[in-house]
Amino acid sequence: MVPYLFLGFAALLVATALMVILHRNPVTSALFLVLSFSSLAGIYLLLQAEFIGMVQIIVYAGASMVLFLFVIMYLNLQHDVEKGAQIALRRGIGWMVGALLLLFAGLLAKKGWVSGPVAALPPDTTGGNAAAIGRVLYSRFLFPFEITSILLLVAMVGAIVLAKGRPAPQGEAE
Amino acid sequence: MSIVPQPTFLALDWWALGPVLALTAGTILLLLLEFLPQRANGNRGGIVSLLTFLASGYAVWRVAGEKRELFGGMFVHDPMTVFFTLLFCAVGVLATLMSWDYLKRTKINQAEYYALLLSSVLGMVVMAASNDLVTVFLGLELMSLALYVMVGFRRSQLESNEASLKYFLLGAFASGFLLYGIALLYGATGSSNLAMIGAFLADTPLATNPMLLMGSLLVFVGFAFKVAAAPFHMWTPDVYEGAPTSVTGFMSAGAKAAGFAALLRVALRALGPVMVDWTQLLAVIAFLTMTVGNVTALLQGNLKRMLAYSSIAHAGYILVAVAAGGPEGASAAVFYLATYSFMNIGAFAVLTMLGKGREERVLMSDLAGLGFREPLLGLALTAFMLSLAGIPPMAGFMGKLYIFGEAVKHPQLLWVVVAGVLNSVVSVYYYLRVTVSLYMKEPEGEPVGISWGAPAVLAIVITLAATLWFGLQAQGLWIQAQNSVMGLL
Repeated sequence: MVPYLFLGFAALLVATALMVILHRNPVTSALFLVLSFSSLAGIYLLLQAEFIGMVQIIVYAGASMVLFLFVIMYLNLQHDVEKGAQIALRRGIGWMVGALLLLFAGLLAKKGWVSGPVAALPPDTTGGNAAAIGRVLYSRFLFPFEITSILLLVAMVGAIVLAKGRPAPQGEAE
Repeated sequence: MSIVPQPTFLALDWWALGPVLALTAGTILLLLLEFLPQRANGNRGGIVSLLTFLASGYAVWRVAGEKRELFGGMFVHDPMTVFFTLLFCAVGVLATLMSWDYLKRTKINQAEYYALLLSSVLGMVVMAASNDLVTVFLGLELMSLALYVMVGFRRSQLESNEASLKYFLLGAFASGFLLYGIALLYGATGSSNLAMIGAFLADTPLATNPMLLMGSLLVFVGFAFKVAAAPFHMWTPDVYEGAPTSVTGFMSAGAKAAGFAALLRVALRALGPVMVDWTQLLAVIAFLTMTVGNVTALLQGNLKRMLAYSSIAHAGYILVAVAAGGPEGASAAVFYLATYSFMNIGAFAVLTMLGKGREERVLMSDLAGLGFREPLLGLALTAFMLSLAGIPPMAGFMGKLYIFGEAVKHPQLLWVVVAGVLNSVVSVYYYLRVTVSLYMKEPEGEPVGISWGAPAVLAIVITLAATLWFGLQAQGLWIQAQNSVMGLL
């Protein structure tokens, strides 16, 4: 059962990823990206990583992509703005970066530069992996977790400070 | 269901974590206090901020002699943490004092400003105290995120918005480099803990592993951006010029010290075996950084821009100490960071007082004749300029003396020391241009109005005293600096 599900999700993932870059309409591309994120989440679920699977859907497919869609709709892109040399250049760079990444991944795998973890943690299967992640997050990684929460608070305050309306004109005249 | 081991916390640990707790509490308190009405020109923000910095400094000073690792070695309390935490608290206090009246006259929101100031200092403390690449990154992001916003606080000014956006975009890019480098280091060594990376590298001959080299290079690029080292310094002049003057003073001292603190810890603790091969590369970067900074500073007519290039040049001097490496080089860098913070904040504190209301008068020509109209202010600014130039009785001279004294012990660094000394000579020209403008130029047009304020004067007096004291009695600070890096080796 699982291999067939994997094949299905993998095929869907590749197909939708291709559609993202091949489709002309940016809104459709973005929607295909949502679909490809969802199929990736399916693969995570098959690997028994429920937590990452759900986060993948909530954060990427949910939050990030909605933001993307908003931006795309605001900009109201109908067709490619760039033409000729510009788009060729961008395509060329895209191919180059892709080839480099592939080369790098190949080198990593072939030459064995990846030493692997010093001490692999034994897998903790009690209560599923969301519980396991929670336990590590609130014990071993408590400090980074708390710092991250302050970081998010600062980001919120910062966004409000920069985005809220300018001071009223009479404030200027004072 | 397995039971998570409860970490045991000693009283000492609470004191050691004091700065983190106090700064967090202060940030949240400032934001919550906004619910209570206050007068338009109230001092609430400044007072809370000052008390928080004093509490943080006291907490860490109380347990200064101890050494502890908390959260499984992610947060270390050692002499270096103590030294830098105290330095950041001092920078925070000085930044609060010089912002006190500046915020009121430029109509900047006080609560948010001070809350971001506190959280930015919190990020610096985390950077200096963290022994894990994860927390180094989080501290750096916390500091930078708060700074991006603080740079954009003069929202009615276009330059301030531009500076904020530019800093944010380039900073995000640099964070990407740093994060990628961290990922590669983790992949190559199997740990993100600095001590474990160091132990792994000591046992395993990995020095030529391309992934490790690439990783350390990218991590270095991330830090080089934060400390404004060439060729990653492009953002500095625009950001320093566009930011509110008090923020420029704060970030030029604090962000640089934090960046170097984290760089030194990563370099000495984790990448020791690799660093040896890097001496020449670091020397070349140091040479480029100080030369670019000093030569470009010669042409500037805006004081904030000039000090931005001067700050690039100073990053170059400190990199010479990093290139020299070892405990002596590191202590020279630490010493220089401390003295640089004081003299640079002092210079910016003087600049915050120039101009009335929302105007900003920081052009070289605005200073013309100021030395005779306001003799004390002129003298203070002259003293800071002399110290930045590295003229003897000032702290800046002792800092350069220690750095070049350590670097000259390595024969392969002789060329960069010679270049550094020549650079200092060049820098004297533009620092003295300020003095010439103060005393020997006739004012044209409307003379600059001075916004006097007791807190800013206090900040100038403190920094002036520190600049003179560390110039005359450098031994005490030098011993502290040496002491602070001992724990790393």
